[in-house]
Amino acid sequence: MIARVASVERHGVYIRMSVEAPEIARAAQPGQFAMLRVADTSSTDPLLRRPLSLHDRNASEVEFFFSVAGRGTDILAGKKPGDRLDVLGPLGRGFALDENMTGRTACCVGGGRGIAPLYFLARELKARGASVHILYGGRSAADVPLREKFEAAGYQTFVSTDDGSFGFHGLVTDLFEKQAAAERPDRLYACGPDAMMKTLAASAARLGIPAWFSLESVMGCGFGACWGCVHRILRDGTPEWVKVCEDGPVFAGPDIVWETGP
Amino acid sequence: MDLSADLGFLRLKNPVIAASGTFGYGPEFEPFINLEKLGGFVVKGLYFDPRPGNPPPRLVETPSGLINAIGLQGIGVRAFAEKILPRLRDLDTAVIANVCGADDEEYVAVAEFLSREKGLAALELNISCPNIRKEGACPAFSPDATRRLVARVKAATPLPLITKLSPNVTDIASVALAAEDGGTDAVSLINTLLAMAIDVETRRPKLANVYGGLSGPAVRPVALRMVHQAASRLRVPVIGMGGIMTGRDAVEFIIAGARAVQVGTANFVDPAAAVRIAAEIESFCRERNIPRAADLVGTLRSS
Ligand SMILES: Cc1cc2nc3c(=O)[nH]c(=O)nc-3n(C[C@H](O)[C@H](O)[C@H](O)COP(=O)(O)OP(=O)(O)OC[C@H]3O[C@@H](n4cnc5c(N)ncnc54)[C@H](O)[C@@H]3O)c2cc1C
Ligand SMILES: Cc1cc2nc3c(=O)[nH]c(=O)nc-3n(C[C@H](O)[C@H](O)[C@H](O)COP(=O)(O)O)c2cc1C
Ligand code: FES
Repeated sequence: MIARVASVERHGVYIRMSVEAPEIARAAQPGQFAMLRVADTSSTDPLLRRPLSLHDRNASEVEFFFSVAGRGTDILAGKKPGDRLDVLGPLGRGFALDENMTGRTACCVGGGRGIAPLYFLARELKARGASVHILYGGRSAADVPLREKFEAAGYQTFVSTDDGSFGFHGLVTDLFEKQAAAERPDRLYACGPDAMMKTLAASAARLGIPAWFSLESVMGCGFGACWGCVHRILRDGTPEWVKVCEDGPVFAGPDIVWETGP
Repeated sequence: MDLSADLGFLRLKNPVIAASGTFGYGPEFEPFINLEKLGGFVVKGLYFDPRPGNPPPRLVETPSGLINAIGLQGIGVRAFAEKILPRLRDLDTAVIANVCGADDEEYVAVAEFLSREKGLAALELNISCPNIRKEGACPAFSPDATRRLVARVKAATPLPLITKLSPNVTDIASVALAAEDGGTDAVSLINTLLAMAIDVETRRPKLANVYGGLSGPAVRPVALRMVHQAASRLRVPVIGMGGIMTGRDAVEFIIAGARAVQVGTANFVDPAAAVRIAAEIESFCRERNIPRAADLVGTLRSS
């Protein structure tokens, strides 16, 4: 659908963009994403849409939170309020959420731009009664822009930086280990680089914490037609190339076969 | 205004067919369009057994183009017949199956199997996918292999047979003529162009498979030339494709001699592309007082 850009804010290297798309806002679930056409509809370069997670929503708008990775996101970052934007969504399967989370702790771990889907997720978890912990890792103090927003929303927020310029000095996976030793969360949700998620998946499995991960892959269509976006997932114990856009992007920890990382 | 397209063996309500591999098995598009508004659609390539496909990354975008190396991951003919075809059978549009094989025997087996099922309007023989063998080798590289395979499959099926040709040859007309000789009812072209992309920082190929097939607007002028060359020589109908994004693009192919067109990569960008393109062809004709879209076929002026 053709949406209208409502607002654009810069947060360091990140851009928060909100667009008027009531139908998408109404149907959205945390962990789902949208495919955005960044070129004018009369242009074919860049040709394909770009996937972005739904960062938040209200009654009539959805928000995206992204960094410039290449040409497509660079063009997107240049959009101004009032510009028209062709948005397809909501797409994919989001995070599995228990109806009632009262008395339970949910730990949401984000690395870099992986923090994007966790804001919407945290809100839905809180609405179901969960006590939400946000663990957020970045390279340096400038790389953890949503801290105040998470804190203001009432989540316990813990930050790690690789260079120690803010919060815990080290990797967010080490921060998770430290936190989980003090208070074992009931659920783990994460999005970020594969290496981070692979380490978290191993920790969660060792500690017996049910965990879900939002995967990234290169997407051609975003709705199951091209078979370009596959990741290796266990189906009845057998690894198969499964579509991230349609069967994911969120998968349960034990089902994911990690290809890269430590 | 009459938008229908007559292929002889098959009459389509409009000349726009969604192309194989870019339209899933069909139902993937139901949330976005009414499938019955299509002239037809070709399902994703079918081998006899399920196939795992290539490792990712399987896609890379290039200027106005897309290189894919999906490797024909698929569910195989049995699962297609059991799980998908019953949902497509009663649709009022032409459902075409795309037949693949690692060798002649497999092509024949797939065609025979599908011919026993109800609900298919035709078979499209994919002798041209570049993603199976490393250098993209396929029967469509040789007129002799094409003629032999087409004749074998034609003998194995009562369904109309469309043979899909590869652009990765020096003389497209000779392969097209060989397919006609073998008894094909139509030809479709082009499949993707063998291509590659390199990440200059890592000096690695951008696709895990190294080579893949290029599609999208970047290939359109090449596709148009080949469709014109084939249509100028053949008696059987030609179905043209390659980079069609709009009704005007489609009209180019029709003027070059195509009786129908297929829309591929555009489906990824706009899931309603094929339906929109049919409507745009209709407006094109209406605005110029052309009573039947078929009147445009092969009307290229030579001077
Ligand atoms: C389901 C999903 C949700 C996403 N959500 C967000 C989000 O909320 N915020 C955000 O900032 N980004 C998100 N991304 C990543 C985002 O889609 C890519 O950064 C973007 O497509 C890059 O496009 P580009 O044209 O700017 O870069 P390109 O020029 O296409 O590529 C630049 C570099 O980024 C790499 N790249 C491209 N696409 C991806 C990808 N999908 N995953 C990993 N690397 C990629 C390329 O290989 C290349 O090295 C998401 C990806 C997926 C699959
Ligand atoms: C991701 C992808 C998968 C494809 N799979 C098939 C296939 O299974 N069988 C086939 O005959 N052609 C396949 N093709 C080729 C297309 O049907 C079409 O010939 C080609 O993409 C050119 O048209 P376009 O530029 O409009 O996409 C595929 C193309 C793409 C992009
Ligand atoms: S992105 Fe096309 S199938 Fe997943």
